[in-house]
Amino acid sequence: MKPAPFEYYALASLEPALDLMSQYAGEAKILAGGQSLVPAMNFRIVQPSVLIDLNQVPELSYIREDENVIRIGAMTRERQLEFNPLISRWMPLLVEAAPHIAHPQIRNRGTIGGSIVNADPAAELPVLMLALSARLKTKSVSGERWIDAQDFFMGMFTTALEPDEILVEIELPASPPRTGWSFMEVAPRAGDYALMGVAALVTLDENKKCERAKLVYLNAGEGPVEAKESQKLLIGESVSDVLIEAAASKASETEINPFGNIHASPEFQKHLANVLTKKALKQATQRAEEILQ
Amino acid sequence: MTQSIPITVTVNEKEYKREVEPRLLLSDFLRHELGLTGTHVGCEHGVCGACTILFEGESVRSCLMFAVQTNAHNITTVEGLAKDKDNLHPLQQSFWEAHGLQCGYCTPGILMTLIPFLKQTPDPTEDEIRHALSGNLCRCTGYQHIVDAVKLAAEKMK
Repeated sequence: MKPAPFEYYALASLEPALDLMSQYAGEAKILAGGQSLVPAMNFRIVQPSVLIDLNQVPELSYIREDENVIRIGAMTRERQLEFNPLISRWMPLLVEAAPHIAHPQIRNRGTIGGSIVNADPAAELPVLMLALSARLKTKSVSGERWIDAQDFFMGMFTTALEPDEILVEIELPASPPRTGWSFMEVAPRAGDYALMGVAALVTLDENKKCERAKLVYLNAGEGPVEAKESQKLLIGESVSDVLIEAAASKASETEINPFGNIHASPEFQKHLANVLTKKALKQATQRAEEILQ
Repeated sequence: MTQSIPITVTVNEKEYKREVEPRLLLSDFLRHELGLTGTHVGCEHGVCGACTILFEGESVRSCLMFAVQTNAHNITTVEGLAKDKDNLHPLQQSFWEAHGLQCGYCTPGILMTLIPFLKQTPDPTEDEIRHALSGNLCRCTGYQHIVDAVKLAAEKMK
């Protein structure tokens, strides 16, 4: 058999899972969608001695509307992002990005919480969480806490989760009015890991000046990378082609740090980041202007 | 001590009861325990799509699930498509007629990817078809005849 042996627990509710996580802290892994964990187990890169399967925990699978926020249960499948009416209404950035998350067969199983906790720098969801200023709710036997997305991703496959904690909910604030969005990436084949990708949000004020901007990159460093200085360049200004050009140069040359891989050198990844930033900022600004009209 | 867990799973409308070790992959369970060797195994890490099956009607990689997770669930494999060898599913018939396969290794996975795709997209464009096929590797055909087969199938299944 491919994976190393493990002890398996399939639970019908969250409480006993928290007890097991406390009992086996550090040894146990949560089995969510398994679309990254099982390949790693098949290669025996990961050999957890205990696997806690949350696939039968209905309380972790939902998409709900609350006051000015959307709440997503951590075990909600990625495929839901493409079809859920609340997501289509309130989170156009997620709708645009979702088809880029691997292939439909993977999205049918893969969970939103699982991809966030996996914290792969090349994955879309961590980038989207940062762009959308998500708050992440975790639970353990000692209680619950909320972590801002910007404090959650600590580096390569590393998060702020304690060994006994489980991510249970993702809270996404509604974007401010007059916010345009764009998600773009370049991958060798549809569904493959992207060589470079960017999520862009542009909020305009009533005078068409940029009030707020987000530029977050995948495969651009140790985790999702927010180009904070480039964002600042845009604030208070009219988003002209010249300004977009400057923001794209700053972000791609000084704010991201891609490592390169067999498909692309770091220089090429930076080039892609430059081109994608320009396109994405233009599209996001245009969409914000359309909302303004 | 090795854990052994009893499961009851419905595969192609037939119920099976088995005891499985938790680490047994669903792909290996289907092939080795149930003898359903139509589901092929390629990369065993979710990239090639050869082992695609339907889990509760949705296409999934059977190499990325454990057999134990299918307890009380419904699975369809490529063996569940045709009534018998003389009555192929229209999708299979189209692959035959349009020469949508050469060695055939990737075909079961491609068929199982396309069943829900054609349900959701009964009149697909070529672009949509190619996008739908992006999670299934074929090393023989260059995909052109596969795309032709899908177009033909969409016509037949209308």
